[in-house]
This record gives sequence, C-alpha cells and structure tokens, in this order.
Amino acid sequence: MKPVIEIHNITKTYHVGEIDVHALNGVDLTVGAGEFVAVMGASGSGKSTLMNLIGCLDEPTSGEYDLDGVRVSSLSRDAYADIRNQKIGFVFQGFNLLPRTSALENVELPLFYDRQKRISDPRKAAQEALERMGLDDRMDHEPNQLSGGQQQRVALARALVNQPSILLADEPTGNLDSRTSVDVMSVFQELNDQGMTILLVTHEKDISHYTRRIVEMKDGRILNDTPVRSRLIAREVLESLKGVEECCN
Amino acid sequence: MLQLTNLFKAAFRSILKNRMRSLLTSLGIIIGVSAVIVMVGVGAGSQKQIADQINSLGTNMILIMPSWSRMGGVSRGAGSFNRLKMSDTEAIREQATLVRYVSSIVFSGGQVIAGGKNWNTSIHGVDPDYRQIRSWDLTSGIFFTERDVRTRKKVAILGATVQKELYGDTDPIGDRIRIRNTPFTVIGVLKEKGQDARGQDQDDVILAPSTTVLYRLKGDNFINMIQASAVSLDKIDLAQNELAGILRVEHAIDYGQEDDFMIRNQAEITEMASETSRIMTLLLGAVAAVSLVVGGIGIMNIMLVSVTERTREIGIRMSVGARGSDILSQFLLEAVVLSLTGGIAGILLSAAIAFGLNQWSTVYTVIRPTIVILSFTFSGAVGVFFGFYPARKAARLNPIDALRYE
Repeated sequence: MKPVIEIHNITKTYHVGEIDVHALNGVDLTVGAGEFVAVMGASGSGKSTLMNLIGCLDEPTSGEYDLDGVRVSSLSRDAYADIRNQKIGFVFQGFNLLPRTSALENVELPLFYDRQKRISDPRKAAQEALERMGLDDRMDHEPNQLSGGQQQRVALARALVNQPSILLADEPTGNLDSRTSVDVMSVFQELNDQGMTILLVTHEKDISHYTRRIVEMKDGRILNDTPVRSRLIAREVLESLKGVEECCN
Repeated sequence: MLQLTNLFKAAFRSILKNRMRSLLTSLGIIIGVSAVIVMVGVGAGSQKQIADQINSLGTNMILIMPSWSRMGGVSRGAGSFNRLKMSDTEAIREQATLVRYVSSIVFSGGQVIAGGKNWNTSIHGVDPDYRQIRSWDLTSGIFFTERDVRTRKKVAILGATVQKELYGDTDPIGDRIRIRNTPFTVIGVLKEKGQDARGQDQDDVILAPSTTVLYRLKGDNFINMIQASAVSLDKIDLAQNELAGILRVEHAIDYGQEDDFMIRNQAEITEMASETSRIMTLLLGAVAAVSLVVGGIGIMNIMLVSVTERTREIGIRMSVGARGSDILSQFLLEAVVLSLTGGIAGILLSAAIAFGLNQWSTVYTVIRPTIVILSFTFSGAVGVFFGFYPARKAARLNPIDALRYE
C-alpha cells in the first residue's frame, strides 16, 4: 500500500500573547492510498490543527510531512496554494460555498486557479462532478436555494473536480440532520470504494463507524489508532431508515 | 498569472452583484472625471472666445498707444503725457510700406439727441481706413471720406444699438442729430457686431471723422490711439518695427532714449488676454482633479469594506488553490474596473454637460481630446493607487483565519 500521507514527529505551537499553546505535540501518522480514516477527539485535542497541516492551510512548527512522496513541510506560500489546488479536496462543516454564485460556478472554482490546466474543459468537468453527486437539475441554483445535504454535495463535487490525491473533510455532517448525515456518508463510502483516500475529522462516534480506521487524539497527541471492527454501511442504514418510516407512517 | 479574461470575469461578476454599491463608488470618479473635463473645457472655451473676438477686431492689427513719460527716472504713469498727434497718423500713412490701413482713434462720448429722444453713448473719431481695419460693414448709407476728415465735416455713422434706441425702425439717414449740442448729419448705420471680449456692446457707438471729434467735440490736440493693419500676418513684426522707427523720428527721440509710445500687435494682445484665462483653466482643472482624488479615496474605502465583508470568500478561494497574487489581482482589477467604468461614464456625462452648456447657455466649452485621455488615464491610475492597499490586505490574509471569519 503506497502511503499518501507520511507525518513524522510534527509539532505546532501558537503564540497567544505571552503564552505558547502547543496544539500538536509530536504526531506521527501514515495514511495509505485508499484508506478511509476518521480523526476523533474533543475540541482542543488538536484534530483541526492536524487537519489544517495535512491540508496545507497551515505550516508545522517542526517535523516532516510528505504528501504523495513530496516533502511539503518547508515550501513557500505559493507552493502551498498550488498543492491545495492540485492534490487536496476540502469539505467543510459550514460547506463554504461562495454565496450568490451558482452551484456550477462554485464547482468550477478550483479549476479557475489551476495553473497547469490539467483539465481542458472546466465547465464540462464541473457538470460531470455535479452529475456524479446527483445534482443534474440543481446546477444553476445558488447555495441559498439548496438544502444542507445538497450544499454539502456541491462542496463534495467542488472537492473532487480537480482530481485530488486525498479528500479532507472537517466535520462534514456537523450542520446536517442525522438522516442527511447518513446520506452524505454513503457518498463518502462510495468514493472510498472507488479508491479515494479520505480523512475525516469528526467528534460524532456513530459517524466515525462509517470509516475503516479511527485515530483518536488528545492534548495534541495520538491516543489510539484502531481499525473499525463493526463498520456501518450507509446504504444499508438508509434502507433500514426507510423501512422504519414505512412501518410508522 | 491566471488568464486575464477569467480575472476580468470575476471582477465584473462581483461588481454586478453589488450594483448599487458599485454605482455609488464609481460616482466619485464619474463626478471627478466629468468635472475635470468640463472645467478645463469651459476654460478652453473662454480662451478660444477671447482669441476669436480679438481676431474679429481686425486683421493683422497693430495698436499704437501713448506711453508714460519719464522725468529723471520718475514714471508718471500711462498716458500722463499724451504724445500721439494727427500728424503721426499722417506720417505713417505717407511713409510706411508694410502697412495697408491706418486710422487715428479719438475717444469721446456724451448725450446724443435725435428728435424727441436722447441717448448717452461713446463717440469714436476715426479715419475711413477704420472700416477696413475692423472689417465693419454698413447696413445702410455710406462711410465718410478722406475729404470729410480733412474738412472736419459734421457727419455721423450710428452703431446698431444707437440706431435702435434713437430711431427704432425708421430710417435715420439724412437726419440731423445733436451730439453734445453740435449738430451732425447721419450718413450711415453700422452692421451689428455684438459683445466684445469684455462683454461690452460694440454697437453702442457713433463713428465720426477723427478731426471732427478731436477739434470740434473735444477741442484737444492729442489722439488716443493709432490703429494700423499690416500687409500680411508674417510681416506684422517688420511692420511694427517700421512704425516704431517712423514715430521715433516724428517725436525726435534720440538714440538710446525710450519710446514715448507703445506698440502692440494682435498676437501679443491675444496672448495677454488668454494668459488670465489659461491660469483660470489651470485652477479650475486642479480643483476638479482634487475631486477625482476624493473619488479614489471613496474606492479605497469601499474596497476595504469589501475585503472585510468577503474575508470568507477569500478564504474559500485560497482553500481551493488561489495564490496571494491571484487574490491581489482580483481585488486590484475590481478597483480598476470600477474606476475605469466610472471614467467612461464621466466622459459621457461631461460630453452631455458640454453639449447642454453650448446649446442652452452663454458659456462656451471646448472639449479637448488630450484632457479626455488624460483624465481617463488618471482615473485608471486612481483605481490602481487606491485599490492596491485593500487588495494587498486581502492577499495577505491567512487562509485558516479567513475561512473561520464570521
């Protein structure tokens, strides 16, 4: 299994006034291609910081980070931007779609900043990404005309349109009701089944059970790193939910 | 760099999303640009008007006026010793080779009575050449002759305004009028000339032979001015020198002594007159340019607000791979597009204002292409200058902070 992420002894220290806050205290983590990892922990455990470092949104204070075999822990700001553009797809809790901008244009956004022009027809690529998410008839809708689940699917389409090496999701179900959460998780599982490497940050235990591996964090360190034994299959859960609805209505 | 077309698209999109705000932001530039163009246009217009009116005074004109005299270094002021005489005009007429027309000018004025009406006006004593010098035609009657000047004949030619005031619609030719109790016969009426450069009515005048006015009305020996017309425009300087030489001989001025007269040609007079209006134009333009700068500050203000308001958008763009330079060029381009569209609208507005002024008011404006190009370029520069700080502020945002910004 080829490693996508290799992190060795990484630390991150924030300076808040006179006080140093050690958000990460020497973390080692390796994620192979095709893995589906949930990073869990209470707020303040350092899981979001880890996520930001992996996503090249932030630089580590010390330690090494290789992404796709490339040492990225000592690159320039512009190089970080290019890595975010080429190798990483983000999904956020608050969806983070551009307001008053159509779903199609939102999905096109990463291709807009693609300097290498890997994709010759951005519009077509964006349409296909939205179709994959089952949003064929919602392309011209603006975010405020879409439901939470639909917005998260648009965000997923945007994250996938530039064919990233890894999909990073920060509390992707945090703003969704439980039924829609399962729905979104089924999309993640489908993508993972197709070979996409996914790293998901969550504090919901049941959500983590849709993944294949759980990394638990506490006080800037990794506490446990265990494979998921009784994995939930989102599609089956959806079926059973439908069954419950049918019986009770 | 990203494709410029894409950046333009992004800039236009964000401008169109905030129509009202964009309009108000551009308004400062619109007003600034149109103010610069119109103000400079009004100045240039008045400059041109002055030049035209001085040209209408006559062609290739040379003016000779008495100068101040010096008594042992003490200047006694202009005209304090009037040294121009009828004989000077005669000398010029006989000797000058580069002058086609010459006329003495004697200024007088007073009450004019015709029938039951009276009117106060200026009386100009002139020679027959005056008509050619000023290229002034008659609507009826005839001009007086060389002979009338010699014999100091009491004949008068009425200006259009005087004719209107004293006679209305009736024909005054052959009628007797009294100028300061001296009887004159009306022999002609002048064509209307309108206002001069200082806004005075040029038709409120009576022309009479110079000798008649000088000796019979004023009882004086000195004339006020000599007007001459050079044979051609390129000979005007030579003609001026020739006249000066003749007058120095006439006035017996020794070598090394100062002239006791002043000679000015038309070009110099135009120059002097337009100098004031040029300074005025400069001043008006400068004041208007200040409003353009104020408009630029308006753009900076709005762009700063826009950066704060769109911090999250900037974060999103950065998270999908926008570099700092991409964000910078997007915001900078937005500011430039705002200021340039404002510039174009300002040019259109100024064209409309200039058209309105020329059509419905007495103010005459000339729009110069150079000032249009200049103010348009300046508006673009204002956009870059005042857009840069907010754009850089946006580009320097930290992606995480920008994403978390509420």
